[in-house]
Order: sequence, then C-alpha cells, then structure tokens
Amino acid sequence: MVTTSERQAPAPASAGDERLLTYAQALNEALREEMRRDPTVFVMGEDVAAWGGGGVFGVTRGLADEFGTERVRDTPISEEAIVALAVGAAAAGSRPVVELMYVDFVGLAMEPLVNQAAKLRYMFGGKVSVPLVLRTQQGAGRGNAAQHSQSLEAWFCHVPGLKVVTPSTPADAKGLLVSAIRDNNPVVFLEHKLLYGTRGYVPAGEYAIPLGVADIKRPGRHVTVVGIHMMVLKALQAAEQLAEEGIELEVIDPRTLVPLDEAAIVASVKKTGRLIVTHEAVTRAGYGAEIVARVVELAFDYLDAPPLRVCGKNVPVPYSAVLEEAALPQVADLVAAARALVRGAA
Amino acid sequence: MDGAGQPALALDDRGLPADRLLEAYRQMVTIRRFEERALDLYRAGELRGSTHPYIGMEAVAVGVCLALEPGDYISSTHRGHGHTIAKGGDVRRMMAELLGRATGYSGGKGGSMHIADLDRKMLGANGIVGGGIGLAAGAALTAKLQRTGAIAVSFFGDGALNQGVLHEVSNLAAIWSLPVVFVCENNQYAMSAAAAWTIAGGDPAKRAAGYGIPGVTVDGMDVEAVARAARQLVARARRGEGPSYLIASTYRFVGHHAGDPLNYRPKDEAERWRARDPIRLLGERLVARGMATADDLAAIDAEAVARIDDAVAFAKASPPPTVDQLLTDIYA
Ligand SMILES: Cc1ncc(C[n+]2csc(CCOP(=O)(O)OP(=O)(O)O)c2C)c(N)n1
Repeated sequence: MVTTSERQAPAPASAGDERLLTYAQALNEALREEMRRDPTVFVMGEDVAAWGGGGVFGVTRGLADEFGTERVRDTPISEEAIVALAVGAAAAGSRPVVELMYVDFVGLAMEPLVNQAAKLRYMFGGKVSVPLVLRTQQGAGRGNAAQHSQSLEAWFCHVPGLKVVTPSTPADAKGLLVSAIRDNNPVVFLEHKLLYGTRGYVPAGEYAIPLGVADIKRPGRHVTVVGIHMMVLKALQAAEQLAEEGIELEVIDPRTLVPLDEAAIVASVKKTGRLIVTHEAVTRAGYGAEIVARVVELAFDYLDAPPLRVCGKNVPVPYSAVLEEAALPQVADLVAAARALVRGAA
Repeated sequence: MDGAGQPALALDDRGLPADRLLEAYRQMVTIRRFEERALDLYRAGELRGSTHPYIGMEAVAVGVCLALEPGDYISSTHRGHGHTIAKGGDVRRMMAELLGRATGYSGGKGGSMHIADLDRKMLGANGIVGGGIGLAAGAALTAKLQRTGAIAVSFFGDGALNQGVLHEVSNLAAIWSLPVVFVCENNQYAMSAAAAWTIAGGDPAKRAAGYGIPGVTVDGMDVEAVARAARQLVARARRGEGPSYLIASTYRFVGHHAGDPLNYRPKDEAERWRARDPIRLLGERLVARGMATADDLAAIDAEAVARIDDAVAFAKASPPPTVDQLLTDIYA
C-alpha cells in the first residue's frame, strides 16, 4: 500500500532522494542513522538482535551486525528491569532506545516509566534529564486477541513528563523517531502493528520532524477528521468515498499527542465547523475526549454540530474476525458519521 | 535430583500402573496431533493471530496432570493447548475456539492464546509471560482459605523465570505455605533467548533455595519421571507443607510460533532432542514392559487422529459468533 506520504512530500533542506520504504524500514533507517551519528545511542529489548537478525517486526534488523551486541542488546523477559535500567542509563548519559514487543506488556513496566522516567527531572528541580525512547507497537486487526491488541496511548498522555508519538506513515515514522531520539525527555514512541508493511516515500539522510507539529494528510472544507495511526488511513479512505458525494473531509494527523499541535486542529475546525475524532483505543476516556475538550474550549463558537468520536468500542479486543471488526471503528462508520454531521447541520 | 532446596525429598521410583501409562500415551499423542493440525490450519490461513505449538513438550503437561485430582487448579502460558488436553479439556471446543467459532470454549473471544476450561479448573492460557504464576498461587490461597484440599500448579517457561512476578509470588507462597507447585518448562529458549545466557546462576532449580522451598529438576522428556516428581511435590503441597519448584528439561521441536525464523539455534541440537521424543520413549517403554504392542500404539494414534478430525469437522460446522455477542461477558 502506498500511503499518504506520497502526497505529503516533506522536503527539509538537507533531505536527499526519497525512496519507497516500508514503515518498518523507515524506522530501521532512523535507528541506524542516529546510532552512527551519536555513540551514546543504544538499543535494547527482547529479541532485538538474534531473532531473524533483528526484532519480531524487523525494525532492528541488521543493527547488531553493524553496531555489535554491546549496543544492540537482547534482554531476558524482564520488562520492569529493562525500562528501569533504561531510565538509569539515560540519567547517566546514554540515549537508550528500548523496544517493548507489544504495548500490552507495559503493564509490567509502568513503575519505572511513570514513577521514575516521567518524574525524575521535575522532582530533582531540573537537575537531570532522561533522554529515553520507549518504542513499542499497538493496535488490533490481526486476531491477536485481548492481551495483544490494545491501543494504550491515553495511558501515557495522562502522565506529565512523558511525550507521546504516533506516526502513521513511513516518512513520519523516520522523521519522528529521529526527533524522539534527540529529545532530552522520555518519549513513548507508539507504532501500529498493521502499519509495518505499508510503504511510502521517505527522505534519505538527515531528516527530522519536530515533535508537536500536526500534518494535514488531506485538505477539505466540510468536516475535520483527527485520526491516530490506522485511523488516519481509514479516514483517507472515507474521504475518497465521500468526495464522490461532495463531502470534503480534512484529515489531520496530529503525529504527536504530547505535545499536541492544537493550533492546527483548531484552525481546521474554524474552517470546517465540524469535528470527528477517530482512534482504535476504546472511546471511554480515550485521547479523543481530550481533543474534543480542547476544541470545545478554544473554538466552541465555530462548531456547527456537536463533535463526534468514532473510536473503539468499550470492550477488550476479541479474537474472532467478526467480533474484532465490530469492536474497531471502520471506514463505513466514519462515512456515516461525516454524513450525519453534514446533513444534520445543513 | 534435588536442587539445593531445603527439605530433601525422597522421590519414589516406582513405575506407574499400566492403565495410567496408556492413558498418558493417549493424551500425549492427542496433544501432538492437535498441535500438528493447529499448525496446518494456521498455515492455511484458517486460524488468526498466533499459535504456539507444544510439540516435543507433551510429557511435562501430561506427567504433571497425572499427579493431579480433578479439583486441582492449573494455570498456563501462551502455549496452552497441551495443558488443557492434559487436564481433560475437550478438543472439539478447543478447535472451535481456534477457529473463532461460537461453540469454542470462549465463544470465539479468546482464540488459541486464551484457551481456558474453568469446569476443569484450568485457569486459562495467558498472553503475558508469567501472567499465570500469580493466578495459580491465588487459586492456592482460595483452596487454603476455604479448606477445599485442592492444590494449584502454575506452568511457565524458562523465560518467565526472569519475570519479577515469579520472585514476589514465590516469596509470598513460601511465607504463607500456599499449596502450589511452580512447574518451569525449560524448553531451553524464550523465543530467541537461550536459557543458557538468560538465567543467572546456571541451575534454575537452585533459585528455590532462596525461598527455602524444594527445587527439583526432572527429565521433561520422560513422562514417568515427571509424574513421579510431581506426585511428591503435589502430595507435599496437599499436606500443607507449601510450595515448590519443579524444573522440567524439555525442548520445543518446532518454532516458537509458525513464523519463527529459527535462526538462533543449532540444527543438530534440535536433532539430538528429537532423538528423545517423549512419545517414542514412552511407546518403547510400554512395549518393552509388555504393557502394549506396537499395534496397540498404532491404534491409539489412529484414534487420536480421528478425534482431531472430528474436532475440526465440528469446529468448521459451527457458526461464528454474532455481533450481538461483542459487548457481553465484560462484566459479571
Ligand atoms: C510480559 C511479556 N513479555 C514478552 C512477551 C512476548 N513473548 C511471548 S512468548 C515469549 C517467550 C516465552 O518464553 P518462555 O517463558 O521460555 O516460554 P516458551 O515460549 O519457551 O514456552 C515472549 C518473549 C509476552 N507475551 N509477555
């Protein structure tokens, strides 16, 4: 699948040629280039070196060959220790990039992430920084059932001190991972398991996308759709369908949830007057509620209709295909929601 | 045979009676055939998500469950089919669950990684490494509080030996003398991570000494050896003498799951373990002791294949769940 990054054509001054890469390859390139550039960057996690030459999703492939197993470290299954050590290593001057195979396992590592990584700097009056990246993948759609399909971005967004990144395209994945590694704070870098094989044009060489800058993946006039991860792709499909009936969606990918580019979202809502927020994570207390709240606070008078959330059902992700599909927001749900918003307000 | 655990155990070395051994053989063959079929179905795209085969490890689940009563609890891992069959689970309902059907154990909500049979006190396969360890100890706590006389067994892998939860639960189970047996299936690898480099201190059974409980290592390819050791540790737990570690040395003959690149372990190593296939070892023993003929064993195998055929047919004839089931079962 060629994604929207074709349309997006990012062109930073120092970027070289663009090549068609998968999301996984783009992430791999970011890691490789940052490890070459900065000797304090190292990678650790379960099965990141030996398994298939680098990670179960292939993101760390070949890194152990180039940088050795000192800097690309396979670990035992000890999530709490892995993250705890990464916090300490970062505080002491390294830039660890930790891979957690599935976000679902973060339950075991919440203590060092939430009570240590996120708070050390504040508690110590700014005397320390924790430049750590926690890379992991989330999302449903493959029949992995309830303990391997969650979208947990809201957990991390609720914790002051963490930054949260959710790229949806290969180009964004590379540019944002580079910025995450260079950032002096703990960054939770969330990938999506269904995106690894998607392809898009990615700039070669030095290429960083600043955290906190949203991207308009498709301009439109009638409804602003703010999507996360896979829902960006589904929103673009919905936009194609609705364009045929004259409804134009403006699809915005915030790309980073903390910090959030609220100016871009508000500007879009001021133009369209209508808002849909869409993510796979369960609706209740999800990040969508935060976006809706901010828009209501900052652009209430511009809204022509109540904002809608087209998000995951409030249920653990089921295994069976029919149930899993019903648990997740689908293109048809977005199409129906947008139609209702436009017609209801007409 | 004892690890450095404190109270030395006198492991009895009597053989098991013929009927129990034949039943063990039947179960091990059923597990093997179930797993082979699950892999076929996975490769044919009929099974979603993932499936983690138990092939090569059958003697552990079957040997331990031979020592259990129907009221005893077990908790399992992501590799849960063998444990479920050994605890008496129904292969039809298991297969239906793998195929995501409404007739499956969890109505299609759980799949391969969450096979569970609460009627048989099987607390479920678990997608979180080490996730079942506390569940088993908790069931043991209930058994103790309610004086049911039941005990609990937690099955987990060598990878889970490095999960912090095992330390906390082992300590708690020891100070509270909970009736639980921690069974580590040391199949030598946690995905690509070799037990030889992930486990500090060499012998995992030695860790039991730190909690003042017995740690026994057993040949996990020999179902009788597993059953004998388990019988001792289970009896000890039932007498109220507390928890213990049973470390079974075994091997998974195939990949961690169907997509395993298997690039991290030497080929000849797998061949060496395959030469001690637990099913063949038991078959040869049954024949040598005159407990069965080669024809009897072939008949048991054919019967197992027929049971699995029937299970697949049952599953395929079953309907998928309907969407109105999506929001049921969340709260009691
Ligand atoms: C907490 C947690 N971390 C990582 C994983 C991913 N994972 C699934 S199985 C596995 C290996 C488990 O090895 P072991 O405990 O030895 O059991 P085996 O697979 O060998 O039976 C890993 C790392 C997981 N499911 N849960």
